[in-house]
Amino acid sequence: MRRMLEKSLGGLAVALAIVTGASAAEAPEPLSRDWPQQGVFGTFDRHAVQRGFQVFSEVCAGCHGVKYLAFRNLEALGYDEAEIAAIAAQYTVMDGPDEYGDMFERPAVASDRKPVPFANERQARAANGGALPPDLSLITKARAGGEDYLYSLLVGYEEPPAGVEVPPGMNYNAYFPGHQIAMAQPLYEDMVEYQDGTVPTVSQMAADVTQFLAWVAEPKMEERKQMGIKVMLFLLILAIIFYAYKRRIWADVH
Amino acid sequence: MSTETAKPVFKNGIARWIDDRLPLLSWAQAEFVDYPAPKNLNYWWNFGSLAGIVLVLQILTGLFLTMHYTPHTAMAFDSVEHIMRDVNYGWLLRYAHANGASMFFIVVYIHMFRGLYYGSYKAPRELLWMLGVVILLLMMATAFMGYVLPWGQMSFWGAKVITNLFSAVPIFGETIVTWLWGGFTVDNPTLNRFFALHYLLPFAIFAVVFLHILALHQFGSNNPVGIDITKKDKIPFHPYYTIKDAFGLCVFFLVYAAFVFFAPNVLGHADNYIPANPLVTPPHIVPEWYFLPFYAILRAITFDIFWIIPAKLGGVIAMFGSIAVLFFLPWLDTSRVRSARFRPIYKWLFWVFLLDCVILGYVGASPPEGWLPTIGLLATIYYFAHFLIILPLLGKLERPLPLPDSINKPVLPSSGAASAQPAE
Repeated sequence: MRRMLEKSLGGLAVALAIVTGASAAEAPEPLSRDWPQQGVFGTFDRHAVQRGFQVFSEVCAGCHGVKYLAFRNLEALGYDEAEIAAIAAQYTVMDGPDEYGDMFERPAVASDRKPVPFANERQARAANGGALPPDLSLITKARAGGEDYLYSLLVGYEEPPAGVEVPPGMNYNAYFPGHQIAMAQPLYEDMVEYQDGTVPTVSQMAADVTQFLAWVAEPKMEERKQMGIKVMLFLLILAIIFYAYKRRIWADVH
Repeated sequence: MSTETAKPVFKNGIARWIDDRLPLLSWAQAEFVDYPAPKNLNYWWNFGSLAGIVLVLQILTGLFLTMHYTPHTAMAFDSVEHIMRDVNYGWLLRYAHANGASMFFIVVYIHMFRGLYYGSYKAPRELLWMLGVVILLLMMATAFMGYVLPWGQMSFWGAKVITNLFSAVPIFGETIVTWLWGGFTVDNPTLNRFFALHYLLPFAIFAVVFLHILALHQFGSNNPVGIDITKKDKIPFHPYYTIKDAFGLCVFFLVYAAFVFFAPNVLGHADNYIPANPLVTPPHIVPEWYFLPFYAILRAITFDIFWIIPAKLGGVIAMFGSIAVLFFLPWLDTSRVRSARFRPIYKWLFWVFLLDCVILGYVGASPPEGWLPTIGLLATIYYFAHFLIILPLLGKLERPLPLPDSINKPVLPSSGAASAQPAE
């Protein structure tokens, strides 16, 4: 059943990709990985996503925001109310105006969205040598190749091949379209200290943060697939009943 | 409209009282219950009612999306993400609506190709076909404007490219484009009017669908054999076709649900998850898949025609012409035989034409490099040749097979053409 669904859906996707795709033609083919959230029955790996949240907060969040993520959303990752309150309290948000008409700062609470690193695009560019670090809320859906592409990009920093000139302020990346990316290599071994004892290799951190961002991009994915399986089963049974009924009604015509 | 003349009598007193004064119930009874349909319709005839149901679904999901969407350039993208994250079942509404548009086009394209294969557009059903083409045009306008509403990169640049086509109009071009935009570029006034029109046009489609049904029921449905049939070869729509359509609907929903629940973004473009940015042009601006063949025709004309028509205008004329030619199809096809079953050459040319449309779609999806522009031009030429040269000549040259007297009597005993053949 699962195989059949995946296979037929895969077939449809391939057929449609032939018709719709081709836009990624000149981009390098990303590394292909098996992601736990892939497939009809795929779910997010809570541990990996939590580790990814740690990597994001300690490494990426210096330059990138995930503006659609509210602290309350973390409940879906298995954090309880007290943990979420503690995480939120590490951040300061602007609130107001108060009774005197003044804005004031206060610690964030669960209902607040995670603060973004820069107030506006100019500030972001000024701090990043003219380049704009994009918001990553939707990044796995906003790039052809999705999770594979993001992971490849994070592990794809290498020495430029002979004869390729990389201008100052740019970096060579094997998987970035055009190979020249303003973002410097973000991940180095042992950059974070995982509490669950996972060894923080570059590949591990890249995979974890990719899964975190996949969750941020599509937080309702598990709910969607669970409902989908019920809907498909219901429709399948209904179709069989209707078909039998149709045969019976049409018996006198044939 | 119906050949059944007996006015139904309703058992329920209230129904009878109302129907005496407002014959809505007896009209619905005649058109959707008693409507005599040929008994040999195959499963390709399911797609008409299917299209009607998808239209209603699109209107309903769209209505509820509207309640949470904000048509402003600064807020549209955020409001769509609000729907996806914070609105109860908002993700379901949005994915059902976005994929519903694709499903609507699949269903309508199959419905149209069924009409092409079985000659459903021929006399006396010319207006029925032409109303269908009107529906297609309205659908295209609606879908195009709907794609702009999320205000992603492809929304913005798609809107820019398509509205810019009107600048090809001689003399008034630039004025028309400014008027369409409501300003000097695609901006908030453009988004606002597209939203208003995207809400309005489905109701226009709904009205034309009723005209389409009115025209259909004047002479009744065509059938796979394509001959006019007598009353005794017809069966009431209910229960025969209601149950058949219900089964077909379930199968359709299985496909639709597979996309909505398991591959909701496969038919879309990744760039539309990037907020619109007028300063950054995407490397390849491509329309939604259902516009790709027409996009290929638009891009096929890369040269000035007779030194008078500039290439851009030529492309625009070709694109609109590719739909306009459909209005004249009932007269361009000179064969009096409707069904391709009895047209040995047309039967093959139908599949060649279908293949041509697929090739155009592929070319439309690909960057114009290598041989593709040449292939696109040849496929465009064939598209028009099919309607303007092949069909008029074929009607004169082709020798059709002998037609049966009724759908019950096959000409060749072995062909078994009398009964419905769902596999065809």
